Amino acid sequence: MIPTPDLSHLRAEDYEHVYEPAEDTFILLDALEQDADELISMKPRISLEIGSGSGCVSSFLGSITGSSAVLYLCTDINPRACRCSLSTGYQNKIPLQLVNTSLANPLLARLHKSVDIIVFNPPYVPTIRDEVSAAQLDREIGGSWAGGEDGMQVTDTFFPQVDNLLAPHGRFYLVAVAQNNIPDIQRRMQEDYALESKVVLQRRAGREHLSVLRFKRA
Amino acid sequence: MVRLITHNLLACHVKGCTSNNFPLEFKDVQVVLRDSEFNPDFLRGFIPKIEWPALTGAARQLGDTSLPDQLPEMQDDDFLKVLHHVLLEIHVEEGTMICPNCKHNYPISNGIPNMLLAEHEIG
Repeated sequence: MIPTPDLSHLRAEDYEHVYEPAEDTFILLDALEQDADELISMKPRISLEIGSGSGCVSSFLGSITGSSAVLYLCTDINPRACRCSLSTGYQNKIPLQLVNTSLANPLLARLHKSVDIIVFNPPYVPTIRDEVSAAQLDREIGGSWAGGEDGMQVTDTFFPQVDNLLAPHGRFYLVAVAQNNIPDIQRRMQEDYALESKVVLQRRAGREHLSVLRFKRA
Repeated sequence: MVRLITHNLLACHVKGCTSNNFPLEFKDVQVVLRDSEFNPDFLRGFIPKIEWPALTGAARQLGDTSLPDQLPEMQDDDFLKVLHHVLLEIHVEEGTMICPNCKHNYPISNGIPNMLLAEHEIG
């Protein structure tokens, strides 16, 4: 049993601007823990979390794969989330490398087929289309959940980057809800990028039916 | 903490800026040294991903000349310790990174590089 990262340094005020870990975070931690042996034995060198928010997930991953064994890259479009992630890394003795950016944009040129573990708990809540662009430009907490049509607007933008970044033996973990149309995600990733996937964990949390998908190259 | 390992992976991503957009040049930086755990296996695994001239150039900009011009073929522990220090223990806390091609400025504040672009700069 790997303990949940210590977040006692974050305050209520931080959570006014940065997504507070909730059931969707915890199902992702559980999916990573379930794969812990494989994650260690694949000897990853680079992990990348998109939208790291509080920094909880990458700190947890770091406690599985080892603080000095992997470069833990994290991005977030929200500058305040970047500061929270960085401090959560310090608090849990996992050196997280924060980059304040949208998705993996400034890393694409250099990390072609090089990232061993990609993790994304995206803004998956279905909203009207315009709300997503506004929320992303706002670089605030709304950007952490507003997902647009089918809740897939931001995630769909990231999929081509996954194909670009993922190492030959790498794996990509994605949180999704039923409204995102999971069979359709799986079909498209297979057809467009030959990425095979599996639903590795499913759980109902209140009104949300949460899943974690794991993608690998076929 | 922008460490040189991260700097070695960041390229300018302004719309249309696709050549000579790496490595970004440091300007007006404040550097802090922090010890980190030496892990030779990690370093050996990471070496193939390093753009060597970009790393030595960046280290020199920060006043560190301990790395050889060429990546040595024999990577013994002495060399790995030097590499460890340059890649992982030099932290740029404040300053700017400038694209050598389009001259876009990316500020670093509290150790976090701001790589956000305005809407019209996004490709």
